[in-house]
This record gives sequence, C-alpha cells and structure tokens, in this order.
Amino acid sequence: MSVEAWTYLLVGISFAGYIYIGYANRVRDTKGFYVAGQGVPAVANGAATAADWMSAASFISMAGIIAFLGYDGAIYLMGWTGGYVLLALLLAPYLRKFGQYTVPDFVGDRYYSQTARAIAAIAAVFISFTYVAGQMRGVGIVFSRYLQVEIWLGVVIGMIIVAFFAVLGGMKGITWTQVAQYSVLILAYLIPAFALAFIITGIPIPQLALTFGNIIPRLEGVQTELGLGSYLNSSRPMIDVLAITIALMAGTAGLPHVIVRFYTVPSVRAARYSAGWALLFIALLYTTAPALAAFAKLNLIDTLNGVSVDAVQNEPSLAWARSWETTGLLKFDDKNGDGKYAMAAGDANEVSIDRDIIVLATPEVAGLSGPIIGLVAAGGLAAALSTASGLLLVISSSLSHDLYYRLIKPTATESERLLVGRLVIFLAILVAGYFGINPPGFVAEVVAFAFGLAAASFFPLILLGIFDKRTNSTGAVAGMIVGLVFTAVMIVGQRSVQLLGTPEPMIGPFLGITAQGIGTVGMILNFVVTYVVSRATEAPPQHVQDMVESVRIPRGAGAASGH
Amino acid sequence: MDDKARYEGYWKANIRLITILLGVWALVSYVFGIILAPVLNGITLGALPLGFWFAQQGSMIVFVILIFVYCKLMDGVDKEYDVNE
Repeated sequence: MSVEAWTYLLVGISFAGYIYIGYANRVRDTKGFYVAGQGVPAVANGAATAADWMSAASFISMAGIIAFLGYDGAIYLMGWTGGYVLLALLLAPYLRKFGQYTVPDFVGDRYYSQTARAIAAIAAVFISFTYVAGQMRGVGIVFSRYLQVEIWLGVVIGMIIVAFFAVLGGMKGITWTQVAQYSVLILAYLIPAFALAFIITGIPIPQLALTFGNIIPRLEGVQTELGLGSYLNSSRPMIDVLAITIALMAGTAGLPHVIVRFYTVPSVRAARYSAGWALLFIALLYTTAPALAAFAKLNLIDTLNGVSVDAVQNEPSLAWARSWETTGLLKFDDKNGDGKYAMAAGDANEVSIDRDIIVLATPEVAGLSGPIIGLVAAGGLAAALSTASGLLLVISSSLSHDLYYRLIKPTATESERLLVGRLVIFLAILVAGYFGINPPGFVAEVVAFAFGLAAASFFPLILLGIFDKRTNSTGAVAGMIVGLVFTAVMIVGQRSVQLLGTPEPMIGPFLGITAQGIGTVGMILNFVVTYVVSRATEAPPQHVQDMVESVRIPRGAGAASGH
Repeated sequence: MDDKARYEGYWKANIRLITILLGVWALVSYVFGIILAPVLNGITLGALPLGFWFAQQGSMIVFVILIFVYCKLMDGVDKEYDVNE
C-alpha cells in the first residue's frame, strides 16, 4: 500500500470513530451539554484535558521550536506544564466544589456583579477565538500536506467533523471524543520518537536516550563548530526567561477552556486527581519533545550539512528532502557555487529548514514506513480537532449560558437554552472555519496576548476569590483594569511593528521583559491593586463570604452541582 | 470540635501543604531550571548537564509527582477533619 493509501485509511478510521462516539454520547439537557452531566471519571477527564490542551501547535511545532531554540525551549516546556500544578493545588478543586457551569459563573457570583460576569464572558470568548483560528488552520495544513487537497477543503472537512460531535453531544460528546483523540495523538507522537531514539542511540525510550545517549554534548559540539550558537545556554536575559515562564504557567491555569474541564468530574477529589492524570498525559508528550528535537536536529545536520547538490537531486535515500523542498518548508541554495550545501549562521547558510518539518518529516527522515506516516497525519488532526472542539464549547457556553441565559433572558426554559447553545456552537464553527481559511496575519502575536491577558486577569481574579475572603468587587475590578490595561498596552507597544505597522517598536522591553513575559508584571500589579483596594473599601456581603467558606470544604460537591 | 474550628483547622492544614509543595515546584523550575542552571550545568546526569536536564526533563517529572502527592496527602487530611465526600 502507498503512503497516501495508509494516510486515507488511518485518518478515515479515526474520523469514523470520532463520529460514532459523538453520536453515542448525544445529550438532551444543558447539564450534559455544558459539563457532561458531571459524571466523567478522573482518568478520562485527564486524557480529555490533555487532548484539549495539546493543540496542533504542540503536536507539530513544539519539537521544532525546541530544536531551534535549544535551552530556551524550556520556557514552553516548563511554562505549559507548571500551570497544571497551580490548577491542581489552587483552582480546580474549589471551582469544582462551586459547581456551576462556567468560569464567568464563578466570577459573577463571587464578585456579586453582572458587569464582572459579562466582562469575564467576553474575555473568555476573545481568548478562545484567538486560539481556535490557529487550530482550524492546522487542520487545513495537515490535510493539504498528506492528502493533497486544498487547504480550504481540509478546513471544511474538519468543520463538518467537529460540528457533528460538538453540536450533537456538547461537552459529553466532546469529552469522550477527546479521550479517543488523545490515544491517537500520543501513539502518533511516541512511535516515531521511539524508533528514532533507537536508531540514533540504541536506547528505545526517548527520555532515557536524551539523558544517557550523549546526544546533547555532540549537538553542542556540532552547533558551535558551525557557528549556530549554543544549544545548552540561554540567549535571553534571565529575568525575561523567568517572566515568560511565569506568565505561561499562570496563563495556562487561567485559560477558560482548561478550567472548565474540571467542572465535568463527579467530586472535588476527582478534580484533584484528574489534574494529575492530565499532567501525566501531557508530560508523556512534553518530555518526549526535547528528545525528539535533539535527535532530529542532529540527524538533519549530519545528513544535510555538506551534502552535494547532485545527491539532493538524485540520491534515493534523500527522496524525503525533495518532497519537502516542493512544499517550500525545506530550501537549498548553493550560494558559493561549490557544488555542496553548507549549514552555517547568517548569510552563508545554504540550507534553510522550517521548524514545523521536525515532527512531520521525522518518520521519513528515519526511513519509517507508510503506516507510521499515516498515523502522524491522523495524530496531527486529532490534536487540532480536540483543541478546537474544547474551545468552541467555551465560546458557546459563554455566549449562550453566561450572556443569553444569565443576563438577557433568565426565564429561558431548558430546551430553549439547549437550542441556543447548539445554534451558537454551530455559528462559532463557521466563524472559526472562516478564520482558518483566511487567517489574520498576526496569529502568533494574538496568542502571546491570550496568555498574557489570562495571567493578568483570570488567574488573580479566581485565586483571590478563593484564598482571600476579604477581596471585594471594587478591588477585583480595579485590579483587573490595571492588570489588563498595563499588559495590553505593553504588548501592543512592544509588538507595534506587527500589530500597528509602525517602523519601530513603540515601547522597548520593560526592565528586560519582552511582550511574551509582560503578563507576569500585569499579574503582580493586579494582585497588589486588588489587595490594597479591597482593604480600603468595605468587606464583601455575608452570603459571598459564606460561599467562599463553602468552596473550601470538599464535602457536598454532589449537592452543590444540583442547581 | 465544632464545625467552624474544624473547618479552620482543615484550611490551615491545606494551606501548609500547598505552601510546601509550591516551594518544591518553584525550586525545581525557577531555581534549578533557570536561575542556577548555568552553575548546575557543571554537573552531569548521564551524559546531560544537570541544569539543562532540570529545564527540559526533571522539572516536568517533579510537577507530575507533586500533584499526585498532593492528592494522596489531601485524601488523608480530608478524612482527618471529616470533610471528605
């Protein structure tokens, strides 16, 4: 069978599975639609959270980013996993005990303010839309690379699949589909990584191969020799590395589509454990990524540095290089005309490698066969679809539950609310698909925005709401405004070249901290302002203080979910 | 013990546990993985400099362990203060 036939087969089987699971888990009430009836076991919720969290970017780009950044890749590795410790210890158990459907529900009740509820709902929609556009794009790219269809057609096929299980099954359908998608994506990631680790070091487990296989010292030597910079040391100021890592951790813990997953489990205890399972499942991929990055980079340099022009054109073992060259992600240019391609720093470099090819090309570079290449395609699609569906549910619940039901029409019946929820999720899929086909040029900037804003707003807001009884509405609103305005102004100012088209950035790094890490400063400002203003104004009403007392005690979570 | 005193004792025990575990969390990531990484790189684990190992492997492994340790210990604390579900 050809590679393409394998890809069609494996993608087809996995898609049929998702559709079946979505159909088998269709729901009839809002509790099933928004929080899967709060009956999801901890391990399953962990797998669903991991699939929800790991996007097309994690699957396709993560190892490539590490391969090119070296040590600095740790910013993303620690930043995107450390947030789960914050979630497990500081947020998830208490939000589960609170027991409503959404993050704006908590914000609105805890800060006894419909304005706060509305702002939280709009922020959740904004953050989720910035993400979902990138996911749909990822679906389109995988389709076009592996199945030779146009990107727009790939996006449309992805939209139809997501619409099927999300509209029909809501959170329940999404959850069980995500469990299946996690299984597909982790197998697709680990199998080629195990194979490559074994081929290069003789140790089949990538994490052990990285630690004991002498890869990093060899890579450091080769990089230094070619003038590509150090793989072992940071190229950024330490304060910036710290700030970015902290912002990503707090941002992760504050992202609505992650938090809402912990509303779906049956108890407070299950919320704690499912955060543990989620991080274990995520760490399987995230500890493999740096190993894959190092193997792939060393392998690419070994194979391509100094290779002759003739070999790239004719050598059968380099067929993968020719097929990637046609996609434009791998470029050869014999600038000095010596008949060989050399890798070097700056203008002398004759081989340019797009970072996204590290994971996608690995099976071919390592000479692995058709089924594995097809599996990688199915894995990339699983990663993109699972994240997109989780985000679309947050958009739907924010608009239909928090804004429509809570603020506009509190008298809406159960079936009206369910209908509106389904309608909104359907419309959100159309909008996301549009952005997938016509992506705005500044997606990367907007994602930095999403983490910075979540770190500077949701994280302090929820944390103080649970741990500081004295925090009141006035303090929370003041803190949010200061944190958000500071972060937004700093990001727009530092990225004004990309966002506003100015010739120079309007603002330089703040105390050495760049746009990606500025959310940390915004978060600290938010904490300080909220604390001070809350104590200068009157205490929250007694029923709110009682509510805070109640979320701290695990007992009664089943009853609390009854309303 | 009345309910109020029991709940206060429970919350204090919880805060103490959270503080200790987040201390370890900050130590392996911010201190070993970032601030002291250049120094720790002088030591090797297997073939890998230790600071680099903490940054790209060790911190994540410790994170996973920390959450499960918290779950297990809180199971005990929940029962001790009779607030379990």
